[in-house]
Amino acid sequence: MAIGVLQVTKRFGDFVALDDVSLAIPSGSLTVLLGPSGSGKSTLLRVIAGLEMPDAGEVTIFDTDATPLPPQKRGVGFVFQHYAAFKRMSVRENVAFGLKIRKRPKAEIRARVDELLELVQLQGLAERYPSQLSGGQRQRMALARALAVEPQVLLLDEPFGALDARVRKELRAWLRRLHDEVHVTTVLVTHDQEEAMEVADRVAVINTGRIEQYGKPRDLYEHPASEFVMTFVGPVTRLRNAYIRPHDVDVQLAANGKSEEATVERVVHLGFEVRVEVELAEGGHLLAQMTREEAERLELLEGQKVFVRPRRTTTFEAGTDESAENVSPHGASGASSH
Amino acid sequence: MSSQAHTGRGVRALLLGLALTYVVVLLIAPLAGIAYYALKPGFGSIVDTLQLRDVQHAFYLTAVIMFVAVVVTGVLGIVVALVLARDRFAGKAVVSALVNLPLAVSPVIVGLMAVLLFGTAGWFEPFFAAQGIQIMFALPAMILVTIFISIPFVIREVAPLLEELGMDEEQTAWTLGASRLQTFFRITLPNIRWGLLYGTALSAARAIGEVGAVLIVSGLLQGRTETATLYVLRAFDQYQEEQGYIVALMLAGFSILLLIGIETFKRRSARAVS
Repeated sequence: MAIGVLQVTKRFGDFVALDDVSLAIPSGSLTVLLGPSGSGKSTLLRVIAGLEMPDAGEVTIFDTDATPLPPQKRGVGFVFQHYAAFKRMSVRENVAFGLKIRKRPKAEIRARVDELLELVQLQGLAERYPSQLSGGQRQRMALARALAVEPQVLLLDEPFGALDARVRKELRAWLRRLHDEVHVTTVLVTHDQEEAMEVADRVAVINTGRIEQYGKPRDLYEHPASEFVMTFVGPVTRLRNAYIRPHDVDVQLAANGKSEEATVERVVHLGFEVRVEVELAEGGHLLAQMTREEAERLELLEGQKVFVRPRRTTTFEAGTDESAENVSPHGASGASSH
Repeated sequence: MSSQAHTGRGVRALLLGLALTYVVVLLIAPLAGIAYYALKPGFGSIVDTLQLRDVQHAFYLTAVIMFVAVVVTGVLGIVVALVLARDRFAGKAVVSALVNLPLAVSPVIVGLMAVLLFGTAGWFEPFFAAQGIQIMFALPAMILVTIFISIPFVIREVAPLLEELGMDEEQTAWTLGASRLQTFFRITLPNIRWGLLYGTALSAARAIGEVGAVLIVSGLLQGRTETATLYVLRAFDQYQEEQGYIVALMLAGFSILLLIGIETFKRRSARAVS
């Protein structure tokens, strides 16, 4: 275990940012803290870094009790959403900062900085100033700067949040490759579930200062532990008290046993996929997702009558968050409970 | 539509004209007048005036007060600004408002406050008298009131700057192993330096020009506690207009130099944040 968070509570005045949170992050993993804004995910990251002091609880980093240690002594690298570039220093000086503080020999610093700049693909920009870099370049510089001091853990607070969508996707994939190369235990905070699913080995979903679920991205999607996780991770529509994923909805032109009558409200083409919004005759709306071929075969038009049938639904018992899944395979009408 | 645009332009031209008239009548004309009267008696008279012992001492005193005030307001100003910008504490709003107090209160009252504290039978007077230190009617009191009056300029400039810069850079430096002191000198200070220079230049200008408070605590001892501004005051009082104009012109010249510096610092500071 690289990072241990044990029963940590943190309040800001009356607001409870973290409510008795415990989490064990395995060594070498890339773990994502996922949650909406104000959920406490950034506070948890800052508590791990020592930038916030918890009101109760402990933080261990590689089996050392880090709770009383200042951020200088925790061996953490921290990357902020808005880069926190040292404005008056060149890229080289930025990356060298931690090494200079440690009074390493000049030649060694130079070699190490060159190596890191190559790693983050900024070779050739060493003498530039942050103001002359793009957002993506600044963030890669910030990453190189954090890695320079060989931190035990790397903490990234919404690192791609200030970048435009295309750069964000590129950097996300790049970060995953970098992690596979460098293998430093990494914790990344984001509110973007797609980002979480794409880069994470493990995801901790955080809501109102508590961890709702902690597991592999696939588990969160397939077996959400709570209504919150179900609705936050991946698209979902709610029909009466059941949750249905769009790709679990069958759309047919003819009635078939258990299917319900509905009217097509909207057809959205998303490249390979087509999203269909339907209004049920008995009331309520459903989102269906299908391949382009499927949509072409059905020749769906807005206002058209169709018959829909959820293949799989998930319900949560009121109050408990106990989930039950109902799966009805093609053709058969039997239901199996989870 | 076009007539409206015309009216708008007409109004703007009128306002601009008023503003320019104001500047010319109330600023440039008097300055030119001072320059005229100071230079009229000729170069020899300027040299003579500058050789007067009282004049030399007055400039010396003004320089000393300004220098100490700039250093102290610079250091203290940063400390107060850091507390105001970075710390959360009860009564912060009150402290924040109190910072502006010296700007709101008449300098004469500031002088009287100093008399109350350090003057004969003042609250702190017995202590300093026992140490044999003369505060009132001497340089220490003059420096104290000048600092009090000019410190808001530094705080008001630096505190918002620190707030705007945020703590991300500083906290990054911490995680990279830099101590708080290292972080201050390598990250914070370079980031606020132009704003700090702007604030201290303003407070220097204030320190040079201060009359009211210094007048009260100086005791008006000619050739001993007389600053350059007080000298000008006395010169006109005693019909030595010629010397008065010469010293006034030199003070004005120095203030204009400061003003140029202030404008430069202000622009650099604005650029540094963006």
